[in-house]
Amino acid sequence: MGRTRTPVVAGWFTGEGDDFRLLGTRCAACASVFFPREDGLCRNPACAGGELVEVPLSRRGRVWSYTDGRYRPPAPYVSDPELPWEPRTLIAVELAAERMVVLGQGVEGVSVADLEVGMEVEVVPGVLGEEGDDESGTVWTTWQWRPTGVRA
Amino acid sequence: MTGDVAVLGAGMHPWGKWGRSFVEYGTAAARTALADAGLDWRDVTSVVGADTVRGGYPGYVAGATFAKALGWQGARVTSVYAACASGAQAVSTARTQILAGLADVVLVVGADAAPKGFFRPAGGDRPDDPDWLRFRVLGATNPAYFGLYARRRMALHGDTLEDFARVKVKNAAAGTLNPNARYRKTVSAEEVAASAVVADPLRLLDICATSDGGAALVLTSMEFARRRGVRDPVRIRAVSTVTPTYPTTVPDLPDIATDSAAGAEPQGPGFRASIARAAYEEAGIGPEDLSLAEVYDLSTALELQWYEDLGLCDAGEGAKLLRDGATALGGRIPVNVSGGLASFGEAVPAQAIAQVCELTWQLRGAAGDRQVEGARVGVTANQGLFGHGSSVVAVR
Ligand SMILES: [Zn+2]
Repeated sequence: MGRTRTPVVAGWFTGEGDDFRLLGTRCAACASVFFPREDGLCRNPACAGGELVEVPLSRRGRVWSYTDGRYRPPAPYVSDPELPWEPRTLIAVELAAERMVVLGQGVEGVSVADLEVGMEVEVVPGVLGEEGDDESGTVWTTWQWRPTGVRA
Repeated sequence: MTGDVAVLGAGMHPWGKWGRSFVEYGTAAARTALADAGLDWRDVTSVVGADTVRGGYPGYVAGATFAKALGWQGARVTSVYAACASGAQAVSTARTQILAGLADVVLVVGADAAPKGFFRPAGGDRPDDPDWLRFRVLGATNPAYFGLYARRRMALHGDTLEDFARVKVKNAAAGTLNPNARYRKTVSAEEVAASAVVADPLRLLDICATSDGGAALVLTSMEFARRRGVRDPVRIRAVSTVTPTYPTTVPDLPDIATDSAAGAEPQGPGFRASIARAAYEEAGIGPEDLSLAEVYDLSTALELQWYEDLGLCDAGEGAKLLRDGATALGGRIPVNVSGGLASFGEAVPAQAIAQVCELTWQLRGAAGDRQVEGARVGVTANQGLFGHGSSVVAVR
């Protein structure tokens, strides 16, 4: 059997490997993009309101800033208190086409020493954490940012 | 000026980790403020409580909770919640009631008993709450956001870890002079550098702690103050409680992303700067008129950001202003002479009220060893979760 792979939030990302993308919505009237997705009303106060259409966000962007968490975050973050805490980087990424900044964890093994503001990163599928036993447990899947090796 | 209200009383319960109920801190602060005003609790015609999420319903209905603890006497009551801006919204509500002629004497109270460790979202499984989501999906604590801002400043403006430490050294030195502060010891740059990293590049001593504490103000109409023989009270001249304008372009707590600027060009100076601008405009003053400022130093780096957002210096010049000594006691524009959150720690509903308490004592010339010479105009700045801006201008 094995643990069931479940997105940490439904409807925020899709695909595997190179096809993996974050999902937002775009207003058909004013072109504003929303992530997390806005499925009710366009939030642009100057917009009369258009249909909100699901769109994949740009795969690549540039680091706006970054940090990490050297202490275990509180619930509802899922982590095993029995295991030593391993900090994950948190990266804020500027997407040029959408003209917005999206936060996400860095991939495993990327520390703040590997990052620089302006560096290019791409979105990849990742695992946020695991819960429960091997038979009936859950693997929570998420998005992560990975440096492409290109510098500004 | 017709828009003024008088600050007749200010009071605090000393901040710390006392392990008692927020009600106790709030009522103690209220009694101190009433005694300071020379008024009896039964003279109060309206009580406005800044809510805490501690203590279940009593915290959510803070106004009535403090009124009951002080002894029911029939006053009008209001409770407000705006996260870190709760205290400023309580001041705003009190001022509005006074200016509308609905109340003459208003007691404003905020108090909290903070939990240990990181602030965390309310309990339960709530995937429609952005505050719950940022913890669940990213493990993004408040210091994580402060770390993002700090690192961005380093990349954009060349701020250094030493600059950040210098803010803590300055505020800790001020805190030693304040009997209401929780931390009353000087801190050296070496001690900041030796403290553990919490969220790169920020260390434990760059980030404010969580505290218990309470603060209260007695606000009255100018007419009431005159009737009581107070000719020249400290006056509140402006209270800004603005929201951001779309699209916001800087990631802000508790959001996972900014707005998109693809459908609307960003206008104006950005959210934090717009908070101060609204207050200046309402007060008819500019940053050049200020004698002092109390700003929200949730982190050392954030204090530097506020210098720029308040217009004390140009964008990117915050660290230089600090290095030049302008923002220290005795400098051109002292900032956080109370010791700031660096010396107090966060007691969420109390802190924006505590900022106004400090302005009150400073403008009265009653701040003792931390007195800013000849203080005439002071500003506070603060920001609450979910787009609550707040800034208060007080004058003498
Ligand atoms: Zn629209």
